[in-house]
Amino acid sequence: METLLELMGITKVFGDNVANDGVNLKIFKGEIHVLLGENGAGKTTLMNCISGLYIPNQGKIFWEGKEIQVKTPQDAVKCGIGMVHQHFMLVDNLTVLENILLSGLRKRFVFLNKKQQKREVLKLMRSYGLDVDLDAQIWQLPVGLRQRVEIIKVLYNDAKLIILDEPTAVLTPYETEELFKVLKFLTAQGRSVIFITHKLEEALRIGDRISVMRRGKIVHTFFSTNVDKNLLVRLMMGEEIEERKKKKSSKVEKDKRETILDVRDLYVKNNQGTIAVKGISLEVGKGEILGIAGVAGNGQSELVEALAGLRLAIKGKVYFKNKDITNAPPRLLRNLGIVHIPEDRHKHGMIGEFSVKENFLIGSYYRYPFSKRMRLQHEYIEEYARMWIKKYNIKVSDIRMKAKYLSGGNQQKLILARELGKFPELIIAAYPTRGLDILATKFVHEKLLEYRDKGTSIIFVSSELDELREVSDRIIVLFRGEIAGSLAAKEADNQTLGFLMAGGAPLFSERK
Amino acid sequence: MSNRKLISFLRIFEKDSVIESVITPIIGLIVGLLIVAIIILLQGVNPITAYQELIFGAIGTKINLFSTLLKFIPLSFTGLAVTLAYRAGVFNIGAEGQLYIGALVATWVAIKVNLPFYLPSLLALISGTIVGGFFAFIPAYLKVEKGINEVLTTILMNYVGINIMGFSVNSFLMEKGQTAPQSPLIERSAHLPIIAKLEGVHLHIGIVLVFVIAFLMHDIFWNTTWGFEIRSVSINIEASKYGGINVKKVIMIVMFVSGAIASLAGSTEVLGVQHRLMENFMIGYGYDGITVALLGGLNPLGVLVAAFFLGALRNGAYSMQIATGIPISIIYVVQAFAILSIISASALYKKFLAEN
Repeated sequence: METLLELMGITKVFGDNVANDGVNLKIFKGEIHVLLGENGAGKTTLMNCISGLYIPNQGKIFWEGKEIQVKTPQDAVKCGIGMVHQHFMLVDNLTVLENILLSGLRKRFVFLNKKQQKREVLKLMRSYGLDVDLDAQIWQLPVGLRQRVEIIKVLYNDAKLIILDEPTAVLTPYETEELFKVLKFLTAQGRSVIFITHKLEEALRIGDRISVMRRGKIVHTFFSTNVDKNLLVRLMMGEEIEERKKKKSSKVEKDKRETILDVRDLYVKNNQGTIAVKGISLEVGKGEILGIAGVAGNGQSELVEALAGLRLAIKGKVYFKNKDITNAPPRLLRNLGIVHIPEDRHKHGMIGEFSVKENFLIGSYYRYPFSKRMRLQHEYIEEYARMWIKKYNIKVSDIRMKAKYLSGGNQQKLILARELGKFPELIIAAYPTRGLDILATKFVHEKLLEYRDKGTSIIFVSSELDELREVSDRIIVLFRGEIAGSLAAKEADNQTLGFLMAGGAPLFSERK
Repeated sequence: MSNRKLISFLRIFEKDSVIESVITPIIGLIVGLLIVAIIILLQGVNPITAYQELIFGAIGTKINLFSTLLKFIPLSFTGLAVTLAYRAGVFNIGAEGQLYIGALVATWVAIKVNLPFYLPSLLALISGTIVGGFFAFIPAYLKVEKGINEVLTTILMNYVGINIMGFSVNSFLMEKGQTAPQSPLIERSAHLPIIAKLEGVHLHIGIVLVFVIAFLMHDIFWNTTWGFEIRSVSINIEASKYGGINVKKVIMIVMFVSGAIASLAGSTEVLGVQHRLMENFMIGYGYDGITVALLGGLNPLGVLVAAFFLGALRNGAYSMQIATGIPISIIYVVQAFAILSIISASALYKKFLAEN
């Protein structure tokens, strides 16, 4: 097979941290090459070296046999390398067409003939079967379509190599299927794809070849037809993962449980002003994990935010240990022992510009012993942060480092440590394992179960059915803001859950 | 809440470490002076001579130093006011209006109240801060309750403040038997205490107040729960709410205090230096506060350094103009280049950090 891109000895160092350590990699024409590895294995850094965002400290890059220098993203685009980043690079209040034209580095216009360009883009879209409304503004589009815009952008620059960084992390299962179709089609046209992921199943499904990365090195490259899944996991983790233990269910008998949270007929609006939660009633008992399932956008986020005091309920009541806490502000909820692990850690969960130490203060800075008569107790706080960093094995070299420089998994661990460290009575956890690798996910599950066994009540929202069944005691399914079904985790299987999530219709059928 | 982009752009100026915030304005101004030296050279004047005059005029004699310090005081107050608001993620472009209205109220109180032993001046300062604070509170209230951008409202409020003051010195506060728009002289008992005097140049107690406020602000930012709340709100409103901070309250209180500090620029000038209120008595000091704040790394201690240097430039520029004919306005070019050089240096530094 013909080689499109070859990396030789790519090394990239940040301070003391060797992110890429002499990486060699070949990408063939027309293949989907999966880069598989844990969070922080160096996948994204390597791709940033190829796409011109970073300049490697050592190593060579060959493109179609010739050595090239990629110093800026423009250089990469000129070669024919296109990258779709995990966090999309789109201008929210420009239209799709404008965003695509904006990226058109190859075509420098003095005067922009929008109509003609629009025809060209339409032609391009049609030839790849990619359909988006070119006149819609980006903010109006769901995530799946935004990603499609990114792909069109890359194709518009005639990329021969398309790099996708964790493309499925934000997609629904249906959108993922659509993406896979597009990728297959692209490679059939002779283009190559590098697909970064930490999900094994995906890697095996979509990849022609799979390269496993660990600690900045490529451990091995396989053809996906002759690879053993267990071997992949072992290479990724560098350790044997024990079979998931059958989990014990909650110790407390169901009917003896004291009700901790009682939600009655709750109505909540979403950002667009339509009613997203329509009369939900639920109870959570002491020492119970209530799983909430549903396809994204069926009211889970709004429900969680209303319970956490971040969104006003327009109707209904919420009681915590028989105390009315409807629309209580977050601080009151925190003082009562309710903690929230938010869905979007960058938006709510942490302040990236703050140091790791200061991030440990969020939500408790006003309390003794973190502060005394309004003065922050720096020594105590530092000691406290160090203790939890050690306890949760968070990889931080200096607690004065800005939190945004931590890897995603470590950021989530920080939030978890901070919130669970408050010894809560109720944990509201929204997608706490989203974007985490296997080890970190397992860690989160263990922690939730550990707290449940201590008698903490937990609301656990997730989109992964396996994880919901594994961790929860009881699962309710939301569909269009209402409870479509409620069942004991033991009785739940993926078919039933899927059936309920689709509102009683087959899962992922077209919804109007 | 729509100034997030601007805030994140301005973050390039932000210096959290004291050393950085003190060194930045110095380096910036040196670069500015070097570039302007070329312009001066093109005017046919030896830049070394010009700058010698500039430095002499600024700090060459004790009297010159005192006049520089008298410019330093109001520049610091407005710079600190802008810094405080910025640190809570709010733009206070209204320091000009706040200092005019503060000066007006302080003058009025100083004239009307007849009490012994500096009490009138104290009372005048306090009333000035309350009204100045209230003047800044209005845009803050409109921002948090109605979502109106405070950049617009604070700018517009400047005209309200300036014109109310102008109206007052043309009517009820006008000196009897005078045609010029100015208030009567303030009684001795209402003057600010003088801490040092030299042949007619009196250094008033405002300079102590400047240092107290700057150090207090620095301490509050980094060592108290208030500071934590303020800084959280400036960076991430959503996470602040999540963390139990009452964002609206923080913004309103910070803007009130910011306005109060800005008003001190006007009231101390009237009570400590000019002793009467004149129309257009300190044009541009409110806007200069923005320059000072940015040069000073949006850090209270950096602001002191930046304010001193800008005060020195201003004061020295008179001597330079008299001796060499280089116009005073050249110092605005120096300021502009100082700011530009800080932007580019910070951007390069960031790039350097990212690549290493």
